[in-house]
Amino acid sequence: MPALSQSIAVARTRPSVRKGPSRGLDAVFRTCSYGAALIVLLLLGGILGSIVYGGWPAFREFGFGFLTSSAWNIGTEQYGALVAVLGTVASAFLALLIGVPVSLGIAIFLTQLCPGWARKPVAMTIELLAAVPSIIYGMWGLFVFAPLFARFVQIPVSNVVEGLPIVGTLLYARVPSGVGVLTAGVILAIMIVPFIASIARDMLDQIPTVLRESAYGIGCTTWEVVRHVLVPQAAVSIIGAIMLGLGRALGETMAVTFVVGNANRLSASIFDPSSTIASRIANEFNEADGLQLNALMALGCLLFIITFIVLIVARLLTRRVQAA
Amino acid sequence: MDATTTPAMTPARAGRVRPARRIADRILRVSCTLATVIGAVVLGSILIMLIVEGIRGFSPALFSQPTPGPGSEGGGIANAILGSLVLTTIGIVVATPIGVMAGTYLAEYGRASKLADVIRFLNDILLSAPSILIGLFVYTLMVRPMGTYSGWAGGVALAIIAIPVIVRTTEDMLRLVPGTLREAGAALGAPSSVVITSVTWRAASAGIVTGIILALARIAGETAPLLFTALNNNSWFSANLMGGVANLPVMIYQFALSPYPNWQGLAWAGALLITGTILALSIIARLVIKPQRSR
Amino acid sequence: MNAASALTPGFTGREAPAPARGVRIAVKDLNFYYGSFHGLKNINLNFYDRQVTALIGPSGCGKSTLLRTFNRIYSLYPEQRAEGEILLDGKNVLDSSVDLNELRSRIGMVFQKPTPFPMSIYDNVAFGLRLYEKLPKSELDGRVEESLRKSALWDEVKDKLKQPGTGLSGGQQQRLCIARTVAQQPEVILLDEPTSALDPISTGRIEELMEQLRDEFTIVIVTHNMQQAARISQYTAFMYLGELVEFAQTDKIFMNPAERRTQDYITGRFG
Repeated sequence: MPALSQSIAVARTRPSVRKGPSRGLDAVFRTCSYGAALIVLLLLGGILGSIVYGGWPAFREFGFGFLTSSAWNIGTEQYGALVAVLGTVASAFLALLIGVPVSLGIAIFLTQLCPGWARKPVAMTIELLAAVPSIIYGMWGLFVFAPLFARFVQIPVSNVVEGLPIVGTLLYARVPSGVGVLTAGVILAIMIVPFIASIARDMLDQIPTVLRESAYGIGCTTWEVVRHVLVPQAAVSIIGAIMLGLGRALGETMAVTFVVGNANRLSASIFDPSSTIASRIANEFNEADGLQLNALMALGCLLFIITFIVLIVARLLTRRVQAA
Repeated sequence: MDATTTPAMTPARAGRVRPARRIADRILRVSCTLATVIGAVVLGSILIMLIVEGIRGFSPALFSQPTPGPGSEGGGIANAILGSLVLTTIGIVVATPIGVMAGTYLAEYGRASKLADVIRFLNDILLSAPSILIGLFVYTLMVRPMGTYSGWAGGVALAIIAIPVIVRTTEDMLRLVPGTLREAGAALGAPSSVVITSVTWRAASAGIVTGIILALARIAGETAPLLFTALNNNSWFSANLMGGVANLPVMIYQFALSPYPNWQGLAWAGALLITGTILALSIIARLVIKPQRSR
Repeated sequence: MNAASALTPGFTGREAPAPARGVRIAVKDLNFYYGSFHGLKNINLNFYDRQVTALIGPSGCGKSTLLRTFNRIYSLYPEQRAEGEILLDGKNVLDSSVDLNELRSRIGMVFQKPTPFPMSIYDNVAFGLRLYEKLPKSELDGRVEESLRKSALWDEVKDKLKQPGTGLSGGQQQRLCIARTVAQQPEVILLDEPTSALDPISTGRIEELMEQLRDEFTIVIVTHNMQQAARISQYTAFMYLGELVEFAQTDKIFMNPAERRTQDYITGRFG
């Protein structure tokens, strides 16, 4: 063996001058990747720029009154954002109210209670729920959920609360069709549950097992471990996940368009049909012209501002935990 | 209770605190299990609804004939299927190079730079931005200047939705590649572009492909951004991307809300088709990433 | 002297401290910084042609850092910088005009953990060759075989050259990495604790291999294993806290060190 390697060594001379791969290609590749990264930057700037540009005439025409007016009259060209903004906020709030407890329940079930063999299939089912396109949730909401909701919730509840103070206005359906703000909230809740649940599950999984075991070790029940050990540990990132879910609920279009009722009416009842920003844009944009188009763009602008504040807060919260 | 073996305190504790603790624990267990059951029931009910309503519309005509006119009988959704294939293909073909290269910048070149931090943050925000706003953007950027709804605009809108997904997964997957592999490449005198293309990309290929499949699943069902860009077209796909292009999501939206039973049936069939495709893609994505994790 | 020969079987037994061969790498006043941390302090040291030089010392002493300056692999990380001179055949490799890729093709490196690329065994070995030489297929085949033979891996892989390099055992992977380095015909081979992740049998094979490679290459090896340093090297440098404490022929370091700290370290009093 040594003899062989020596003979080879003698036979071969080292290349005296090495010609490497060209530096030009390397620079081109680097520049391409840099450029692609800048495109991401430009996209976000472009989205904001185009909406502000499109919405500007409406803001100039109506000024601050655009925010406070509940008018949406194509004939008289009077446009205000109040109904859509309230509808957006109300449906997203209801979605969180319903969706967050369910999400956390699922996350706790998957990390603490679920028997090992069922963990993967259940987790996968929940995650697949997140992949279903939103239009399917809309169809399910309109054709399956809304009729049941009208029959078993809206009509009986309306009958009970009619005439009562506060609840009588909040929970009274003038036309119990099944669609409305609360229905939108329920569908949105179903949509954000898999999302929040899977993030919360990841966060709970990341908590060191030692911490859990030491709590169980001093005789804590599951409830006490969850309440005093797990939740405080993961609180910040779970709030971040909830904010991400909120961002989704605020901007969701198709599912809401199916079930929100698309009425421009200011109503105190969550059973009544209303509009959200996204549903109004989806409904009217293609037939809109002139000032109406600008007003819709201006609505888009408001949606941009609301969701982006929520998303930035969400990302900052989830980021702080990752860094720590 | 045996008084001789238990301290004096215990009976009181056992009598007062224990049941309360046990009830709280029971409530937690029951409600968490219930939440999971509800989640499973809802998914089940959606799938059952889709299969029951959708399977009725399945026939050879579904895949061979274009969408029928309002109120008329028969017809299929072949043009919408074809249109959706074309639009998602444009979206993925445009988004993949941009997304992979941008993810490569973040993981390989930018790493610790301020610019990369900003881009990473904004990409995460773009990832969850309302898709309808992307529709408005592409409308302003392409539809209005060109004066017509177009397949190209629809494809670009889908690409913008796919890009952040691909950027994120590409970066994450490249970061999992051990640094020593890059050092080993560099130590052989390979320039960074060669190290990246033939070593790190290869090492992360399963993960990057997963990201692309996930992006595909995401854009395949997107409706809102297509409303203002590709819109719809009831006639056969004419290979002309400069006009409105039929596509499944918008077709489903318009037909489902129409008063014609024939259209509604086609909408259900389309919904079943698209959901089945997306769920299949999501499952495939999970299977692709698996061998990499176990290694 | 007898004891020294037993310790260093490869050593020729030549008497004098005078170098057996010419100087291949000369390090002059080298300082190294990780950000603000001063990792190497005024290192002055020569590495001799076609000899094995071992760098030893406790962890964190800077031995790997020193190794990583020779091919400037540290420059992958912007916060690290080196000052001073490292003369390879009289040319300063720290000079900014040096083409890094060309430099690295002349100075090969093998890492602590095996780093097979995610490609076939054949492509792994051909990787560096394809970068710098345009060879016809037949010649490329020959060079790949030759490199695998030199790395004592040929017999084990000759029937599965198309299979992924990641499928080999740890020891085989490390020899594959050596083959990949050898294929480029470098002048110097740097080894950064190449056997620390391997079992004793694989370690033995790699040590034998270095014995053979010494005929052709100048070898610098970082090792935390003093027996290994004694077995395979002709020269040894002992480093401590970023400084070079002592450098001499290996038998001198192990039999009769000049410095108290060297003595303490090799007798296991600290480290």
